[in-house]
Amino acid sequence: MATASRTRDLDKLLLRPGHLVGPNFEPGPELRDDLGEYARVLVIGAGGLGCELLKDLALSGFKNLDVIDMDRIEVTNLNRQFLFRLEDVGKPKAEVAAKRVMERVSGVNIVPHFCRIEEKELEFYSDFGIIVLGLDSVEARSYINAVACSFLEYDSDDNPREETMKPMVDGGTEGFKGHARVILPGFTPCFECTIWLFPPQVKFPLCTLAETPRTAAHCIEYAHLIKWDEVHSGKAFDPDDPEHMQWVYTAAVKRAELFGIPGVTYSLTQGVVKNIIPAIASTNAIISAACAMETLKIASGCSKTLSNYLTYNGVEGLHIKVTEFVRDKECLVCGPGVLVELESSITLRKFINILEEHPNLLLSKASVTYKGTNLYMQAPPVLEEMTRSNLDLPLFDLMGKVSKDIVHVTGVSCKGDRKTSSLKKLRVAFKGVVGVVDMDTAGGA
Amino acid sequence: MINLFKVKAKQKELAENANGKTPGKKQSAGELRLHKDISELNLPETCTILFPNGKDDLMNFEVTIRPDEGFYLGGTFVFTFQVSPIYPHEAPKVKCKTKVYHPNIDLEGNVCLNILREDWKPVLNINTVIYGLFHLFTEPNCEDPLNHDAAAVLRDNPRLFESNVRRAMAGGYVGNTFFPRCV
Repeated sequence: MATASRTRDLDKLLLRPGHLVGPNFEPGPELRDDLGEYARVLVIGAGGLGCELLKDLALSGFKNLDVIDMDRIEVTNLNRQFLFRLEDVGKPKAEVAAKRVMERVSGVNIVPHFCRIEEKELEFYSDFGIIVLGLDSVEARSYINAVACSFLEYDSDDNPREETMKPMVDGGTEGFKGHARVILPGFTPCFECTIWLFPPQVKFPLCTLAETPRTAAHCIEYAHLIKWDEVHSGKAFDPDDPEHMQWVYTAAVKRAELFGIPGVTYSLTQGVVKNIIPAIASTNAIISAACAMETLKIASGCSKTLSNYLTYNGVEGLHIKVTEFVRDKECLVCGPGVLVELESSITLRKFINILEEHPNLLLSKASVTYKGTNLYMQAPPVLEEMTRSNLDLPLFDLMGKVSKDIVHVTGVSCKGDRKTSSLKKLRVAFKGVVGVVDMDTAGGA
Repeated sequence: MINLFKVKAKQKELAENANGKTPGKKQSAGELRLHKDISELNLPETCTILFPNGKDDLMNFEVTIRPDEGFYLGGTFVFTFQVSPIYPHEAPKVKCKTKVYHPNIDLEGNVCLNILREDWKPVLNINTVIYGLFHLFTEPNCEDPLNHDAAAVLRDNPRLFESNVRRAMAGGYVGNTFFPRCV
């Protein structure tokens, strides 16, 4: 243990027992070696958080990393995305980041993916043990959350099957503030369970922009949202086109002069139009470090994991708080839904009737949707007509003859005297079809 | 979790897991909530909805409003709706496809309706938006307008406003702007 080796510090965490270790922790050199050989981690984003994450994970003993990012390097990235140099501007972030980290940390293998997250198949994501997010939008997080939670399966007692859980570690930063959270689908809240935490974006009333601007931002948004269409009707505004941005800036300046409003600058124009908040290297470093640490803990069990949401605020002093949020049992994305077992011969019409009598549902006038296809819509009349013909077809056929899958229904549920409209997730399983047997097996990979 | 990773890696070499999941379109939580809103639509007779991309694309649709009272009686106005995958976190994007002489709708089709922007809340739904749009025709208002000329006329000379609206809907000029017929 005393010999000077590269893994001396990691060994202190992985080779010996302790009081703060996680359950099922088995210290020993095998753990350290297995971490390098079998743990595959996907880092989503190779920007402010992604660069730090790749460095931290590579230095923490992970040897198999993948990174995905659809963007190219811009000069404004260089204040914090330290893996990039001036001569890299224009190159894909994922590729340069992977290359630089592999040059500095021997033994690590990083596979870059220069594409959008939506372009990858589900199988791609299922190969990874842990997914770490360094994203910058609600939409992207919602997408990946839906993908990761789609791997989760429940047994017939509505308990999550741990071996199907795909852990995610999600980080986010905004100026002096940031968050890091651990998402264990089926156990901790998923992204959708807590989406109400996000404040709505600031949207100025259009009429204020048109009639009574008071701030520089109003003038910029007027030029961006109203004046642009008036002059370029039909042509879409492209925030990444410098000529378009210059046009908006010039129009905003004219508007500001008209109303005597100071403060319109080119960089404010970019900020308002693209919704940019200035980024600080240290915030990214703090949040990525927390995320990398959680990833190490989840993979190795060397310590209890963050439970489960950390918020950091460096605006006045330095404040960190950890909150334990709870799952939404009714969550459409990570919840168990209600198990409905059916004969493969029943029609969609019969299925809708069954829902009315199902003790956990009592759902009447159900509309049914499966994987983006609307099987039957009760309203509006135009959609009811378009889907009426499905009512007499077997649900099994409409679902592509799979033995089991998730279906969503919306309708009116009656609890006593109260009628409420509800949207429910259902686990539909067809009896007597190959594959249904797994449902009753208690866990066990 | 490392033991799990090991087991999975070995399992992967053995067999493809036939658990019955077919690779299908990922349905976002937004689409599901929209599905609920649409299946519960309770529109008055004056409003109709259609789905130009078929029954499976609920994120893009058109609503046609035919006011049965007020200045705009007899006109037909078409609005396009574009719903985002993170609905209802974000309001739907609504534009007016019909060129109309109205204090709260400009000539490019931008609609000034508070619930579409600063007053949007996730508890609102498509039904409330459509009612809001209908309200614009039964009660146009001249405070904070998008079309200042129309607003000024409505405020100072309602009878002239009424005849301007009639002329625009029948197909004609109001000031220097030509409005195609929409009755």
